[in-house]
Amino acid sequence: MAEKFDLQEREVWDGNYAASQALRQAQVDVVAAYPITPSTPIVENYGSYVANGYIDGEFVMVESEHAAMSGCVGASAAGGRVATATSSQGFALMTEVLYQASGMRLPIVLTVVNRALASPLNVRGDHSDMYLGRDSGWIQLDAFNAQEAYDMTLCAFKIGENHSVRLPVMVHQDGFITSHTAQNVYPLPDEVAYNFVGDFQPLDDMLDFSRPVTYGAQTEEDWHFEHKARQHKAIIDSRAVIEEVFAEFEKLSGRKYKRVESYMMEDAEVAIVALGTTVETAIVAARELREEGIKAGIVAPRCFRPFPYDAIREALENTKSVAVLDRSSPGGAMGALFNEVSAALYTTANRPLVTNFIYGLGGRDFSVAEAKRILKEQKAHAEAGHITTDIQQFSGLRGPKLGFFQTKRG
Amino acid sequence: MQDLRLLAQAKRGQRGLENKSGLVGWDEVTQGTVLPSFEGDATNIANLKSEERAYSNFNSYTATVASWRVKKPVFNRDICIDCQNCWVWCPDSSILSRDKQMLGIDYDHCKGCEVCVEVCPTNPKSLLMFGEYTELEEALAQWPEKKKKEK
Repeated sequence: MAEKFDLQEREVWDGNYAASQALRQAQVDVVAAYPITPSTPIVENYGSYVANGYIDGEFVMVESEHAAMSGCVGASAAGGRVATATSSQGFALMTEVLYQASGMRLPIVLTVVNRALASPLNVRGDHSDMYLGRDSGWIQLDAFNAQEAYDMTLCAFKIGENHSVRLPVMVHQDGFITSHTAQNVYPLPDEVAYNFVGDFQPLDDMLDFSRPVTYGAQTEEDWHFEHKARQHKAIIDSRAVIEEVFAEFEKLSGRKYKRVESYMMEDAEVAIVALGTTVETAIVAARELREEGIKAGIVAPRCFRPFPYDAIREALENTKSVAVLDRSSPGGAMGALFNEVSAALYTTANRPLVTNFIYGLGGRDFSVAEAKRILKEQKAHAEAGHITTDIQQFSGLRGPKLGFFQTKRG
Repeated sequence: MQDLRLLAQAKRGQRGLENKSGLVGWDEVTQGTVLPSFEGDATNIANLKSEERAYSNFNSYTATVASWRVKKPVFNRDICIDCQNCWVWCPDSSILSRDKQMLGIDYDHCKGCEVCVEVCPTNPKSLLMFGEYTELEEALAQWPEKKKKEK
């Protein structure tokens, strides 16, 4: 039996510590990990909990992130509760195995501390790694601060392990801004947290010797398509379970989460859509602009995958102009979040104007002043009735103004 | 002539992989492409011989890959010393043996790799490769004589 860990009602934790405490409370059976900045402390803390008897589980040190996720796949197929952590280059090295995990419907939890991808090498936070995972078939939850990193990690087990879901889940937090900034966090007591997550319920487990199974079969053109379609339906259908788990978590904690978070959107004419810590910066900007009479609001996908096509439409359909912020270099395209939000809004009657900002790459700071400037630009688009700038612009970049594509509407 | 259904149960090698009829839709495929090997409770399966097991249709035992083979190993009972070398080395469990007595080849799963021939220690060899359509009698009639030691 695991040792009891003394917790205060209010703790001062950074995002990494918060995530590691959630892993401890979930009593993970196997963590296979290869630590990488800035997520190192998650597995470092976890290793110390195991060594000091706070967890009845195995901590497996491996030789790479590819091996870490492979170890997780094996342990999960064997029939245990499994989690690990990574960032950036480590995430990239895991990518091949991420698709194996989701295709085999293994409910692994991966805590991702978002960091830029090289080259040039950079340890700071942006969303390149999170975006790299967006077609991998994992559920992706996004935490905007340390408290949410804790809350989402607990919810991730309960969502992924639900037998009608059976999918792996990533919990994202921003490198350094969330992962290394100590904030007030209100944890649940150990028993309450564990009972919320519940005992692991195995399914198709390889350690069930009464029913031997094959994992990782080969399927060619006659079978592959059907299996991928079933997997896609599972992740789209997980929306209902995500909402149920969030509702149950609210009853325990008083903290309410939705697949798409909306702030001051009841009467908003202009809005920013963003992910991660930028959301809180943008909220401050919108509040200040409201004092100046600009009806600004913020929309933030809590759930990046399954993409909340439905909830994004509801949140934004009555706006006039929307700025979608992408913290990842799009490599010759519009930002991914911009594309997805635009696609959702195209099917509304109102069809707000939508522009794209590439910002914050490699941890470049995003200020309240810049968020206000962007919202004011949306106000100008709204008043003109068309987009008055380039559709894609770079925000916070040194050198001549950089932007691409102009509107053909109005 | 070797009995081609040697130690086979009714389901061995029944499905040709080239047969595309009766495939189920996306709503009926197994979750995660996880494939159970047997029908029913398999707790005691290790104590049953292959021809006694309730293999599922997902199990390769019920499929045949005989068409992949160009050449086949032919077994000569008169020379074999039952050393089990071929049984140990066969990568596809296609050497049929009971109570340490070599019986023959599972031609539903043998892919003609020739490993069994390579590892056979007798002189002449008790397993030799012949064309897929060579009859057993014809193959045995061509069997080489014992090689004499060169001085």
